[in-house]
Amino acid sequence: MNDDSVLGQLATHFLLISLLAVGGANAVLPEMHRQVVDVAGWMTNEQFAQTFAIAQAVPGPNVLIVTLIGWHVAGPAGALVTTLAMCGPTCVLAYVVGGIWHRFRYAKWRRAIQGGLVPLTIGLIAASGFLLAQGAARSLPTALYITLTALVLLFTRISPLWMLFGGGLLGLLRLI
Amino acid sequence: MSPETAPAASEADRPAPSLRELFVGFLSVAVVAFGGVLPIARRAVVERYKWVDSDEFTELVGLAQFLPGPNIVNLSIVIGSRFRGVPGAIAAFCGLTLAPAVFVIIAGTLFARYSDEPAVADLLSGLAAGAAGLVIAMAGRMGERLWRRPSVQGLGVVAAAFIGIAVLGLPLLWVMLGLAPVSVALAWWSLR
Repeated sequence: MNDDSVLGQLATHFLLISLLAVGGANAVLPEMHRQVVDVAGWMTNEQFAQTFAIAQAVPGPNVLIVTLIGWHVAGPAGALVTTLAMCGPTCVLAYVVGGIWHRFRYAKWRRAIQGGLVPLTIGLIAASGFLLAQGAARSLPTALYITLTALVLLFTRISPLWMLFGGGLLGLLRLI
Repeated sequence: MSPETAPAASEADRPAPSLRELFVGFLSVAVVAFGGVLPIARRAVVERYKWVDSDEFTELVGLAQFLPGPNIVNLSIVIGSRFRGVPGAIAAFCGLTLAPAVFVIIAGTLFARYSDEPAVADLLSGLAAGAAGLVIAMAGRMGERLWRRPSVQGLGVVAAAFIGIAVLGLPLLWVMLGLAPVSVALAWWSLR
């Protein structure tokens, strides 16, 4: 594979993914995983889970996982291509629709679209979490830590950062 | 949803932020945003800078979630363009993404270089476990309203989307094309 075809593939993949990303970047993780790991073979399952973890542990919007995937596959050009493919077209759409949306805020069709997409998004993000957990759970203690993190972040208001760093520390100590 | 009267009055009181303020504002959100960015964005945009009020923010988040693409990026575009048009959208977007993109590439490069070190691999595995738990919790949080007032249609769509992706491994496009019309139709019907 030459460089151009890789960049072209990255652009196409992430452009399509961005248009399906109703509910944000986390809702399309399984699709990214399917494309990057299963279809294109650019990363292993474990590398994907770790790339996601790095993107989460670094401050910033979690869409930056695509920057990191692009960088991993094709260096700086890859990072630029994936980031622009993921953000560019949807930004234009947000710009255009942003103006119109406000005007129709009481319209029934608008509320139906908004209401209908909520459960879909929840299901997609839950699926992301499940698949990430599968990739990350290398032992029983790891699986327990994933469960603990999910419960703590669901029922308390503590910053997710503590659970990420806790996981990193326990990993470092080989406890999970 | 915001009441008809409130936004017009409050919008007039506030000077529109400059391009620089939009850039710095979203930069300040980005550099402290771990995991979920939206709560942090809310604190900055509504409470600290007072660019929009609470109801407007909720409405803008609804829009950002409805639109395809990363939610927080959409939010930066909508807020930036509302005040300063295209340059405002670009300023907000760059503030949000430039510095974090550099951070993430540095971190990624460092981790990749030392990923053969057992200690780094162990650290990353632990981080990945935390990150996976975070996403599961996010799904749970988003569903708070649904869990409190469960409906057969809502839970059905959640389950169908989950099974389609996580169990059957279907391409997202099929799942979206199959479920989005059904889910929107069910929502339309239940609005009657």
